[in-house]
Amino acid sequence: MKSLAELKAIKDKMQNQVGVRLENECGTRIVVGMATCGIAAGARPVLNAFVNGVADKKLENITVTQTGCIGLCQYEPIVEIHEPGKEKVTYAKMTAEKAMEVIEQHLVRGQVVKEYLIDLK
Amino acid sequence: MMTEISLNILDIAQNSVRAGAKLIKICVYADRKKDKLTVIIEDNGSGMTKEQLESVTDPFFTTRTTRKVGLGVSFYKLAAENTGGTFRIDSEFGKGTTVEAVFGLSHIDRMPLGDITATIHSLIILNQNIDFIYIYQFDEKSFTVDTREFSAVLGDVPFDTPEVSKFIHDYLSENKTEVDGGVIL
Repeated sequence: MKSLAELKAIKDKMQNQVGVRLENECGTRIVVGMATCGIAAGARPVLNAFVNGVADKKLENITVTQTGCIGLCQYEPIVEIHEPGKEKVTYAKMTAEKAMEVIEQHLVRGQVVKEYLIDLK
Repeated sequence: MMTEISLNILDIAQNSVRAGAKLIKICVYADRKKDKLTVIIEDNGSGMTKEQLESVTDPFFTTRTTRKVGLGVSFYKLAAENTGGTFRIDSEFGKGTTVEAVFGLSHIDRMPLGDITATIHSLIILNQNIDFIYIYQFDEKSFTVDTREFSAVLGDVPFDTPEVSKFIHDYLSENKTEVDGGVIL
């Protein structure tokens, strides 16, 4: 069973690396819609996929955050990627599998995954 | 429509987040003898006025300005009442809100609890400025997580640091199994 002693060990290991994290203010933000509409459409697994995926790939300077309903409920789960100095990219009708692809293509390789972009027509 | 009680919990807890709560307490009690599953979400956020409290389970009431419906609380209330259960909200303006839903545990219309670990993990990781107390009880056994204990150990190391995030997830998941022996609710 996990204990707080184990957490202490993690903390001691992390201590030296805290400086890196503080630069996050100006990093990339992944924003997942987590209002009733988003959650009902499946936002939680999408959010978890981003949190775990970013951790597994050891991507730095990326934070995963949440937002409320932006009024496009029919396109949920919606994910916005905000990269410094670039236009916001909005993905619609996301799933955990699509999230993994966005991490691989967009966040690692810098290629927007066009087929998942929101289409407001 | 929500497919898991744990998704409703995530949704209802978002109201506490938006109400500016500093502490959110989430209790999940399963009691097989009484055949009840009780979920209590308690916060010290802004609370509601008497008028808001009266309309809060009305799907055509919302405090939002972007649209005219508010379905979260209505869904949740219906989900509990459909299982022969009860639903209650107590709120005091400026003090906080408590939402209590009781489900008939073995009722055929009760949706599964679902991935409660993912719900609690998401809430903790995404709202590091809020303290969470999570109590999970199955019959006589229970476990409690208080994120203030995590903060005391971690100091300024954030919860969404990959190793810490994984620890919190495993901590929730292993303690849950310890308590319920892997029974799927």
